[in-house]
Amino acid sequence: MPDFSILIEYFDVYMEGFINTIYSSIIALIGSFVLGTLIAIFRISSIKPLRWAGTVYVEFIRNIPLLLVVFVFFYGLPSLGITLSGFVCGTIGLTVYTATFIAEAIRAGIMSVPKGQTEAAQSSGLTYVQTMRYVVLPQALKIVIPPLSNQFINLVKNTSVLGVIAGLDLMYFGDQVASKTYATFDTYIFVALFYLVMTLPLSYMALHLERRLAKNG
Amino acid sequence: MLKKWMTASLMMIVMSVFILAGCGGGSKNTAESNSGAGAGASEETAAPATLLDEIKTRDKLVIGVKFDTKLFGLKNPANNEVEGFDVDIAKALSKAILGDETKVELKEVTSKTRIPMLNNNEIDLIIATMTITEERKEQVDFSDVYFKAGQSLLVKKGSAIKSIGDITKGTKVLAVKGSTSVDNIKEKAPDATVLEFDNYQDAFSALKAGQGDTLTTDNAILYGMMAQDPGYEVVGEPFTDEPYGIAIKKGETALVDAVNEALAAMKSSGEYAKIYEQWIGEAPTE
Amino acid sequence: MDFANAFSIDNLRFILEGFYMTLKVAFISIILSFVLGCIVGTIRYTKIPVLSPVLGILVEILRNLPLLLIIFFARFALPDIGIQLGPVYAAIVALTLFEGAMISEIVRSGLNSIDKGQIEAARSSGLSYISTLWHIVLPQGLRRMVPPLVSQFISLLKDTSLAVVISLPELMNQSKIVIGQSYNYVIPVLLLAAFLYFAVNYALSLIARRLETKFI
Repeated sequence: MPDFSILIEYFDVYMEGFINTIYSSIIALIGSFVLGTLIAIFRISSIKPLRWAGTVYVEFIRNIPLLLVVFVFFYGLPSLGITLSGFVCGTIGLTVYTATFIAEAIRAGIMSVPKGQTEAAQSSGLTYVQTMRYVVLPQALKIVIPPLSNQFINLVKNTSVLGVIAGLDLMYFGDQVASKTYATFDTYIFVALFYLVMTLPLSYMALHLERRLAKNG
Repeated sequence: MLKKWMTASLMMIVMSVFILAGCGGGSKNTAESNSGAGAGASEETAAPATLLDEIKTRDKLVIGVKFDTKLFGLKNPANNEVEGFDVDIAKALSKAILGDETKVELKEVTSKTRIPMLNNNEIDLIIATMTITEERKEQVDFSDVYFKAGQSLLVKKGSAIKSIGDITKGTKVLAVKGSTSVDNIKEKAPDATVLEFDNYQDAFSALKAGQGDTLTTDNAILYGMMAQDPGYEVVGEPFTDEPYGIAIKKGETALVDAVNEALAAMKSSGEYAKIYEQWIGEAPTE
Repeated sequence: MDFANAFSIDNLRFILEGFYMTLKVAFISIILSFVLGCIVGTIRYTKIPVLSPVLGILVEILRNLPLLLIIFFARFALPDIGIQLGPVYAAIVALTLFEGAMISEIVRSGLNSIDKGQIEAARSSGLSYISTLWHIVLPQGLRRMVPPLVSQFISLLKDTSLAVVISLPELMNQSKIVIGQSYNYVIPVLLLAAFLYFAVNYALSLIARRLETKFI
């Protein structure tokens, strides 16, 4: 059995990391959803430079590691005179990185709505924004939700990179406990359990959501 | 519906605890059976198989050193060699124990990973700017002191921080995970915000990026950083004593004795002083 | 920023050595995780009693943990149960287990997407369960799996960077060491590393798109 006294003695330390991990996940989730939607709109826009900018952003960021994105904000950004904490850099890095995947999911969703519907809506007098708001997005959402919920799970797991840049997350405090107790195996078992407490329920919700959406067609 | 999810996820968590717990329990058993097998093997040779014997049989000494600490152990991108005071001590030990300084294999350790690696038998010795402390003595055995350092502060030239007294509430102090410096600074400057990194390279890069106001560790390591980037300086008197020791797995007294003998011989032959002067730039004070 | 000195011959060689290590570890892990993923995915699809549900639980646990933690575990916790792995092997084992779990899900849903009617038809025309699986289900399923598989491989290649936590001398680790020489190297070196990752992954994704149009 793992040594539960470690969990009890360092519970507050674990909790601090756990709560920061949740904060970072939620902020990055909201941020990447907003940014991702914006980029998706860029990518399907009829204005060429916007489309181009959206494509470059997505193709570039999703083909480089998250850790590198985070390093750019943490070690690189200060050379431009902007210094942000490890937690903030990590969360921004996560947002920027996850936004590419969300943008692609949203774009696929929007593309799945037949063009005829958009044309019909616009010829019946709806503006572009109204068409999006009332016709396209509600339908797109059904296709978008399963990949989005998977992205959120990835996001929670990916917050662990904060540990590398003193981002005060679960991984960071796990390292602290390990270096105090010298019990590597047991310490990280509890870190793993804290992650599972977050990700397993999310996985089941995602699965359930996916099934329900599939049933409703 | 919500209830169903909750029970499902709860069950998963409980199950995973049991699986992982099984692994943990298993670990102790295998460790025991391993040592049992070791004892069995030693019966055939009729002598207790110590780590020292094992080292002599395999004719190689595996030593954990830092790869990122200038003056003590730094990997040089130009020739891919690891160089420094600790590295030269490692080579000298290999010469003393195995008769050849090339019979040493260096493995990268960080403050965070060195004790687990030693206790996993991955390395025979740790020579990695490691302070002898009572707490660590419960985990590992130490040789005699082979270097005397003291904790100090590194700042960007012109910083308002001139000594430990200038650290106030909100001062961001950078340090390395698993080092004594973290505990010391939390004790001596409890108001400071301490941010910990995996290794000295990362911590120094973070200081240069302005992610902290000062970096704290042993003065000897800080002097190495100063040598790397003259834009930074060590300020104030050392505020702790950090006697470095060579760490050896607990219970391997034969190896501890061999290392201590080798250290004493190096000191009397002048070899130690030569290595010391080469890296630290002054004669060792005794 | 100092591009000239950051990209000195020594530094470039050092970084490219890291890049080679990244490619090597990624390549081996891609092959191993693909094999593992196919085996586990097929076993889960065939619903063998005991074995399938047990594998299911293991897959769920692995998929829901951060890879960073798994890499750290492979290096520093496995020795506790008698398995000693150096950085290269630890990285390969961790990547294979984690990505293998991901791939097994891709394989399973690929197999599940095959029309059950075909299987029944094949079975009633006298094919054994194994040959139905091998000749009817797998070839079709694999075709549908290609796009998600390639994006998983791209993820794997990016994920090798997480092995910095166990000091694997791969691209990210070597870049950090060069950055350690001078703060002026940060931007040039990170840009170079980004370019190298991008070049391989973009090439992979182009191949994926080609395959996608060919197969579907």
